[in-house]
Amino acid sequence: MELTVLVFLPAFAGLLALLLPADRARYARWVALAGALAALGLSLALFFRFENGGGFQFADRASWIDAGAFEVQYFLAVDGLSLPLVVLTTFLTVAAVLVSFSIEHRQRAYFACLMVLSTSVLGVFTAMDFLLFFLFWELELFPMYLLISVWGSGRREYSAMKFVLYTVAGSAFMLVAILALALGAGTFDMAVLGQSGVESAVLPLRWVFLFLFIGFAVKLPIVPLHTWLPDAHGDAPTAVSVMLAGVLLKMGGYAIIRTCVTILPGEARDYGVWFAAIGAASVLYGAFVTFRQTDVKRLIAYSSVSHMGLVLLGIGALGTTAMVGAAYQMLAHGLITGLLFVVVGLMYERTHTREISRLGGLARQMPLLAAGLAFAGFASVGLPALAGFVAEVTIFLGAFQAYEWAVIMAIFGVVLSAGYILWTLQRVVFGPVRPEWAGAGDQRHWWEHASVAGLAALVILLGVYPDLIMDMLDPAIGAVSARVGS
Amino acid sequence: MDVPGVSEAVLWAIILCPLAAFTAIALYLRKLPKLAGWLSIAAITASFALALVALVDTLGADGRAATHTHDWFHAGPLQLSLGVRLDGLTAVMLVVVTSVALLVQVYSQGYMERDPGYGRYYAWMSLFITAMLGLVLADNLLMLFVFWELVGLSSYLLIGFWFHKPSAAAAAKKAFIVTRIGDLGLLAAMLLIWTRGGTLAIDEIHELVLTGALSGTTLTLFGLGLFAGAVGKSAQFPLHVWLPDAMEGPTPVSALIHAATMVAAGVYLMARFFPVLEASPDARETVAWIGAATVAVGAALALVQTDLKRVLAYSTISQLGYMMLALGVFGYAVAVFHLFTHAFFKALLFLGSGSVNHATNTFDMRRMGGLRTVMPLTFWTFLIGTLSLAGVFPLAGFWSKDEILLEAWHQNRALYAIAAVAAFATALYMFRAVFMTFFGTYKGGEPVDPSDEDSHFHGDPAHPHESGRVMTWPLLALAAGAVAAGWWAWGREFQHFVEGAVPADALHHAPAFSYGIAIASSLIAVAGIAAAWAIYQRRLVDSAEIRRTAYPLALLLERKFFLDDLYERAFAAGLFQRGWNRLVAAFDAFAVDGAVNGAGWLGMQSGRVLRHAQTGQVQLYGAALAAGAVVAAIIVLATGS
Repeated sequence: MELTVLVFLPAFAGLLALLLPADRARYARWVALAGALAALGLSLALFFRFENGGGFQFADRASWIDAGAFEVQYFLAVDGLSLPLVVLTTFLTVAAVLVSFSIEHRQRAYFACLMVLSTSVLGVFTAMDFLLFFLFWELELFPMYLLISVWGSGRREYSAMKFVLYTVAGSAFMLVAILALALGAGTFDMAVLGQSGVESAVLPLRWVFLFLFIGFAVKLPIVPLHTWLPDAHGDAPTAVSVMLAGVLLKMGGYAIIRTCVTILPGEARDYGVWFAAIGAASVLYGAFVTFRQTDVKRLIAYSSVSHMGLVLLGIGALGTTAMVGAAYQMLAHGLITGLLFVVVGLMYERTHTREISRLGGLARQMPLLAAGLAFAGFASVGLPALAGFVAEVTIFLGAFQAYEWAVIMAIFGVVLSAGYILWTLQRVVFGPVRPEWAGAGDQRHWWEHASVAGLAALVILLGVYPDLIMDMLDPAIGAVSARVGS
Repeated sequence: MDVPGVSEAVLWAIILCPLAAFTAIALYLRKLPKLAGWLSIAAITASFALALVALVDTLGADGRAATHTHDWFHAGPLQLSLGVRLDGLTAVMLVVVTSVALLVQVYSQGYMERDPGYGRYYAWMSLFITAMLGLVLADNLLMLFVFWELVGLSSYLLIGFWFHKPSAAAAAKKAFIVTRIGDLGLLAAMLLIWTRGGTLAIDEIHELVLTGALSGTTLTLFGLGLFAGAVGKSAQFPLHVWLPDAMEGPTPVSALIHAATMVAAGVYLMARFFPVLEASPDARETVAWIGAATVAVGAALALVQTDLKRVLAYSTISQLGYMMLALGVFGYAVAVFHLFTHAFFKALLFLGSGSVNHATNTFDMRRMGGLRTVMPLTFWTFLIGTLSLAGVFPLAGFWSKDEILLEAWHQNRALYAIAAVAAFATALYMFRAVFMTFFGTYKGGEPVDPSDEDSHFHGDPAHPHESGRVMTWPLLALAAGAVAAGWWAWGREFQHFVEGAVPADALHHAPAFSYGIAIASSLIAVAGIAAAWAIYQRRLVDSAEIRRTAYPLALLLERKFFLDDLYERAFAAGLFQRGWNRLVAAFDAFAVDGAVNGAGWLGMQSGRVLRHAQTGQVQLYGAALAAGAVVAAIIVLATGS
């Protein structure tokens, strides 16, 4: 029952928020916060009760559609790969609710959307029936579309529509692949599919693999399927950027490990080299384009393309070390980029601009926010003792044996990220003060302190005590890696 | 075979004391700057005392290594560890770092007194000291890399300490990025040794080299990768360009980080992996020649600087080149020895320049002069540092530099020639600085700008005065080091001690002391001093005249060999940002995103056309359905499935 409660708790809180009477609309944020905190507490309870190396746990299973030839189940469970992502999701949901405390426009609907979004992502990370997985995957589109197009800025309707169409186009491929797999194997059960392996499907397995990959690659995103991301980030409200960068992108990386590699290990062996190549290319391409961005949020979005390339590179190496590194990179990037978007969002609330050329000298006027941006920036650069370093070094050490060339390409990203991040810091927070931001004020509300400090603390924790997560990831990914045979 | 028996807790405590100070200041003491300063000094004093304990203990063990290793994290077969290693080399580094840091921290109480960022200053300095101590105590390459990056971070924060100045913000960024370019090599070396050798532990890497398990191209690539990291961190040519700009930081920072300790980390790294150089002639030759090029470039550029701190910065580059050169000619112990003595006299010179700055509000030597009489303590200590750096008997710099020249003489006469000419230039540029700063008549300094709220200058530049005791006592202590530190070499004590840190088979026999070389070095130094006296004191030759006669050369030096123009303007801003990145970004916007929008547009248009098919006539739908079925059947039959 725990997982079912956990997955639907945010949506339930969202529903309660929506049902508040109009004159109590300002309580919506408190309802959402209570729901988010309860979900976080529950996920932490599961995290500490989880038995490392014990396979799928906390399963909730019921028959849903029994069509004779195949059966669709309601089946939720977590293993060492998905549970850290579940905790990441509940944690970032709390942060997203906190940074939304200043939202004034249609609060009830806003928090309802945000909490349903959280439920859909939790569903993706816990669903172990392929059709259920697909439903949660699609469910995420509704709140995202509304959140960007109603509470966004700039070309918000264009960006929201682009996001939806891109995902749906990828999902079409994914659905074909899911049906082909399930009809061939006679089950939608991902645990069974992952255990026994698939010998045949109604389509050639290569195609199944490729179709699944296209669906997930859009989400990751990889070059050249990435251009929806800067638009969505640029125009989304802060909390949505946090969720988008923090957990939605991770659905792609998670799904590639969970399905492409686990269910189709033979194809993964054949195409691993392409993963490595696309991953390394994304690292460099994303970094080059990042250098040209003039909008802080678009800049962070492109840097995400670069950092998520490392995830694909790590997966492509297929060894336990590299794939563990890839999973760790998803967590690290989720926290670090989440923090970047929180800080930039708070700066935007004060200056109402994201144009780098209009900012500058903020270290004097907003010392706390400037420190937050510098901290998150250095975390993004992969500074040791912070989470990103652990992930990068694990991916590099793990993948070097398999793909020396790809890793050599990717480590140039280390210099490039230092370049664009430090240049951004120089232009945004350093230099002479600008009189126009004199009264803008620093980070001051408790919810702002809480979200920044909480994320920063986790970035440090994961940077100095990686085994907290590694002990969980290692057996789960070791099993996947063993199936691929490397 | 004794090893140091000092408890492991002592070694960790050396790192943790300044870390505790940093944490306490960052979290709680931002509003209590005075307390932050005292806490920071108390922490470094504790580390210094413990470092002395470690030193005495290691001396008793003839410099041999004791290591203590713990698991850090794992992923699949990868197991990474954290551990401390104490041996002769580490003990020397610990003493250098903690003693200079302690004196600099005391001095800063005076130098930074009126600065609004006083508390923040002590926080970052404590962070730096933590990282630097971790770097020299690390027993494996990963942990070394971790602290290597953290010293880079603290260097960035301290160079950019006055971040409201655009030049400081730019210099901080430049320092971090340029050193990171070198770090690529260090990272690649780490990947290579892990993949081919299966270990990152220093002991085990030495073992792999000595048994020949690691040899040939792999060994050379590993050595060159390490060296790339050292080139960045230790400001070797062609990545030396960040160090002069780093003078934007407060002067005590320059003394500690950009003269005595952090910039020596690259030398430490190569000394730490000296068996690799020993076994790979290609890597060793590269180190020797890059070192020699750095010696020459640094000395040449120091000759034309008008800013006192920049003279010292280029001098530091040149001296770091000497250390690398020494490593490249088998002079492991000599390189470490020069690192040791250099730390004292160069920190002394930097702190002296800071004292001068407090009197005159400038670092421009053309606005100084005659300070000898008003600042006697600063003058005499600066003079001692200068003589030591110039290599005058019997001061510290004489012993270490002479031995480098000796090693070079025995290995390669061309390298010796470069080092000897640069030794002449060293004496020349240092005494040029001394004469311009302390002799002649006072030119008035830099007037105080009352509108500059960030200036923490107090006093009157028109009437310079000696600095307070909190600043002059550290100068005296460092002057004692600049005189006496070289005497440790007596009876080859120092050499014996640091050689305990590397496996005995890896060592090359050092050539015996040579009176010929020693006398030649001394004459070179005296000649340099005499030349400076002739040009800048007696003005027998007009320096402007020299500049006119050798104008192309002077221009080349004044424009720093055009390297900054090449790197920053031609490459970074031009080719990279306006060329390549713009191209990729345009491709992204027009080709990649254009295709997406094009597909969307196509979808809209085809919808507009196809809606005409939605006639509502069932007959038409039926016909289309039948036609489709026929096509599908043909495809199925044709593909034979």
